[in-house]
Amino acid sequence: MSLFSSITAASLAKDIRLEWRSKDAINSMLFFALLVVVVFSFSFDPNAEESRRIAGGLIWVAFLFAAVVALNQTWARELRNQVLDAYRVSPASANSLFLAKALGNFIFVCVLEALMTPLFILFYNLRALGPAWQLIPIAVLGTWAIVVNGTFFAALSIRTRSREIMLPLLLFPISIPALLAMVQGTAAVLGGEFSARFWIALLVTYDVVFTIASLFLFETVLHAE
Amino acid sequence: MKRLFPIFGAITTALLGFALYEALIAAPTEQTMGNVQRIFYYHVSSAWTAFILFAINFVASIVYLVKRSEKADVIALVGAEVGVVFCTVVLVTGPLWARPVWGIWWAPGDVRLTSTLVLWLIYVSYLILRRFSSSGQTPMIAAVLAVFGALDVPLVYFSIWFFPTQHPQPVIGDGGAIDPRMMHVLLLNWLAFSCFAALLCWARYRLEVLRRDVDETLALESLLEPRGSR
Repeated sequence: MSLFSSITAASLAKDIRLEWRSKDAINSMLFFALLVVVVFSFSFDPNAEESRRIAGGLIWVAFLFAAVVALNQTWARELRNQVLDAYRVSPASANSLFLAKALGNFIFVCVLEALMTPLFILFYNLRALGPAWQLIPIAVLGTWAIVVNGTFFAALSIRTRSREIMLPLLLFPISIPALLAMVQGTAAVLGGEFSARFWIALLVTYDVVFTIASLFLFETVLHAE
Repeated sequence: MKRLFPIFGAITTALLGFALYEALIAAPTEQTMGNVQRIFYYHVSSAWTAFILFAINFVASIVYLVKRSEKADVIALVGAEVGVVFCTVVLVTGPLWARPVWGIWWAPGDVRLTSTLVLWLIYVSYLILRRFSSSGQTPMIAAVLAVFGALDVPLVYFSIWFFPTQHPQPVIGDGGAIDPRMMHVLLLNWLAFSCFAALLCWARYRLEVLRRDVDETLALESLLEPRGSR
């Protein structure tokens, strides 16, 4: 295993072990998403046709908000005991740290989605009229889109005052195309009228562009004095 | 430099006055929309000016990331600030024009409307970031965000382009020929608006440079203050 990937793996393993023992992020995300689902189900009383139309939006808004909870903890955790400073002076590549953080968040949000989606289906009586397997690439690509930018912007926002507020303010405007693609793609699959292909292609483009941009600029952000 | 500023200001004022006369009185009245259409000269000129300012912000941010020059950072800040002002004008005049012509204030899903709105959101978040971040890292963080924002713009455009919708078609630019007289007035207005934007940027640039000088001097003074005097 090359040095780069072994550093990534070590850092990722550390994050997963920390999360496994504390369960801070996953618990708060789960409860938050649950609250969103319940509140939405009170505010709308949709029939099957209508819920198929709006469910794509609801589910992704719930996941986006919940993901922010986890993303905010990503780097804040490293500020305690000056872990981030130690990383800065170490010769390890900045990108391996970034990838480990992004993959860790990706896993946490995927776990959240795997647990919450059945609940959503139950609450809103959902049944896909289009090809249901397409929901998997939409979910995976969409989650990566939120997580890669979210991890990057969380690293930016730890350098500001009131960082917890700052992250969504930075993340949401930039995420609009990805969010639109996830919502429209999900609605297309659930409704079965349109093809979701364009939205999947858009998500792939978005992921590629912003993954490259993040890897390109992360070192600058980490090593800023 | 200092003497040039009032001269440029006077030229801009004259130009804006002339452009106003041309747009409200001299330009021919549009056949179907009537006088309402005259808002077009302000709407489109502001939009073009805003886009140029955002482009300046993007270029200056990249220059800052490469060279770390403070000048580039000030230019990026000024470009974003004045750009947001003009973008706000676009977003306000748009619905004012849309209501009598399309019958609705806002067409959700229209490419130009929505991507302008998202652009505005991105640059407002850029300004908020600058306001919230303390210390010497602000320019770097802001420049990185500006690059991300600029990368986002084409994606926003394409995503909304495909958005399924039944909105009214945009009035300009879809193959419809525009009266050469109107085009002339539009370009004149654009020139006047660009001069106005340049004037604002100039003033804001000087203000920002002075503000940084003052901050620096105050910081130095507090360091140099003799201990015994307290």
